[in-house]
Amino acid sequence: MPDNGRILVLGYGNPGRRDDGLGPALAAALEELFLPGVTVESDYQLTVEDAADVAGHDVVVFADADAVGAEPFSFRRIEAGNGSTFSTHSVSPEGVLGLARDLFGARTEGYLLGVRGYEFNEFGESLSPAARENLARAVEFLAGTLRAHSFREVAAQFRAPAPLAATSQGEL
Amino acid sequence: MVASTIGLKRVVIEPVTRVEGHGKVTILLDEKRQVRQTRLHIVEFRGFERFIQGRPFWEVPVLVQRLCGICPVSHHLAAAKAMDRIVGGEKLTPTAEKMRRLMHYGQFFQSHALHFFHLVSPDLLFGFDADPAIRNVIGVALKYPELAVQGVMMRKYGQEVIKRTAGKKIHGTGAIPGGINKNLSIQERDELLKDLEQMVIWSRAALKLCKDYTVEHLEKLAPFGSFDSNHLSIIRQDGALDIYNGGLRAITADGKKIFDHVDNQKYLEYIAEEVRPWSYMKFPFIKPLGPETGWYRVGPLARINTADFIDTPEAEAARKEFMALTKGKPNNISMAYHWARLIELLHAIEKIKELLHDKDLQGTDLVVKGSRRDEAVGILEAPRGTLFHHYKVDKNDQVVMANLIVSTTNNNEPMNRAIQKVAQDDLSGHELTEGLLNHIEVAIRAYDPCLSCATHALGQMPLVVEVVDVDGNIVDRKVRGVCE
Repeated sequence: MPDNGRILVLGYGNPGRRDDGLGPALAAALEELFLPGVTVESDYQLTVEDAADVAGHDVVVFADADAVGAEPFSFRRIEAGNGSTFSTHSVSPEGVLGLARDLFGARTEGYLLGVRGYEFNEFGESLSPAARENLARAVEFLAGTLRAHSFREVAAQFRAPAPLAATSQGEL
Repeated sequence: MVASTIGLKRVVIEPVTRVEGHGKVTILLDEKRQVRQTRLHIVEFRGFERFIQGRPFWEVPVLVQRLCGICPVSHHLAAAKAMDRIVGGEKLTPTAEKMRRLMHYGQFFQSHALHFFHLVSPDLLFGFDADPAIRNVIGVALKYPELAVQGVMMRKYGQEVIKRTAGKKIHGTGAIPGGINKNLSIQERDELLKDLEQMVIWSRAALKLCKDYTVEHLEKLAPFGSFDSNHLSIIRQDGALDIYNGGLRAITADGKKIFDHVDNQKYLEYIAEEVRPWSYMKFPFIKPLGPETGWYRVGPLARINTADFIDTPEAEAARKEFMALTKGKPNNISMAYHWARLIELLHAIEKIKELLHDKDLQGTDLVVKGSRRDEAVGILEAPRGTLFHHYKVDKNDQVVMANLIVSTTNNNEPMNRAIQKVAQDDLSGHELTEGLLNHIEVAIRAYDPCLSCATHALGQMPLVVEVVDVDGNIVDRKVRGVCE
């Protein structure tokens, strides 16, 4: 296990909205791996108090569903920002990092793992088959990164792996 | 309401910033740029009732949390209250009721703190017309870091209360039909007691800040998006403010009671919903008055107006001061929602303090059951207003009917009125600057609507402002920010 410091993985989204639940599903899958030095949290969305938790860690990985991004997932370094969005009931990952920096003096390294989803516009607790495949790839990737690599190197060299055909029907 | 829209110009604000989810404001101007019509369109996800149908009733208090990422606790408890009646367990044990109340006050505390510090304070501290680039939570963090930290820590404290009473944020299971699945351990209680006094101090300070601001700027705020309305909430038997349990009370704009202590199970005799073809969201109204005059406000302002008193000393003193502004009559100022909300913030932390010192929270009698019913209603006050959950369950324990009236729906007509008032006062004959557009948003924000039925995945929801001329051409367009 490399020394990545204190790591927080924060998966967010609504499990009742089909693929919007990819973030919490990733958090649940990762939690079962009991990786040392890794704290896993999940919530419906990012909010301001997450800044306090983020400030208590050296690295944070935000995991969210991605409606338009690369398949099966994307992974990139993000910087603290103003996070200006349509709403501050929820805050962007950059905004959370910005609050952690501005309010708590934290220099937490931030990464965003966007798992590609497809079905968002209906109620339902199951992920679409293609999203499940993407999730499995993302979990494999993140667990491997946590075990063997530094985030900074991986993010700098990241190329999205080729997506698999959506064949799995199993529930995660 | 205008009968024809021919020859009018349309202004579209979409979606509304700092209001959760999708919202769109349409302002119809005539050729002289006078406001003729305004409409708040809320794209509400439909089909949730169908999602619940066929599920076992005991799953519902968990499932309904999926409806809203902002106030899952409110839906959790409203559903649990209904399911209490399904299992004949509506008379909870003291431990169960107090644990639920603690959870609920925790929800109020974090929700009201978030709304004030991170949604409202940018408007108050920087001014309604300030540049949106600084009029946001980060702007507050940079210029008023202590205030921003207080907001974060108060929100976090409320979330801790919820975590200790409901369990995990995303899978809260604290309330179950007929009771609760855990008590509060001494260790958990002591953890929550550690920061309690600081929370009380910050709550007092936030209330003072908001009250002083409102009084100082009363001349500007009093007419801002204001109008007379009925007010509705639940109320305790003795007339005290109660956010968890009580009969329905409705009053007129000048304080006359329309109905009082209405049995929650009979709400359909008193409340109906109007469908309008242009809106996904219904328009509730008081049945005996009809849709034209029977619409009402809910939420902090309505609750302070309907209550005879508050049963915690500091909040009660604050309520009296608030009511003195309107000489004891109901306050119909939209911007007074913020002051009322912070009275409730103080009340919530006073109640949390009271409950944490109550040994019933360590009791072990958690669940009661009685005669099974097949239909039940659960009503409570969510932070944003009265929340109705109504279910029917068949003999196989499956839900066959669900009807929900959420707080934001109850405030649908008032929000439309507030927009119309601001638009008529501030936009007619003026250029559409960012500041003026924000006036509309400030008016909506007073009601703290929760539109989180929309998903939030990456790549969605830019803020787009469009001006459309009489021929349907977009003559102006602004993008205020894109969520990436």
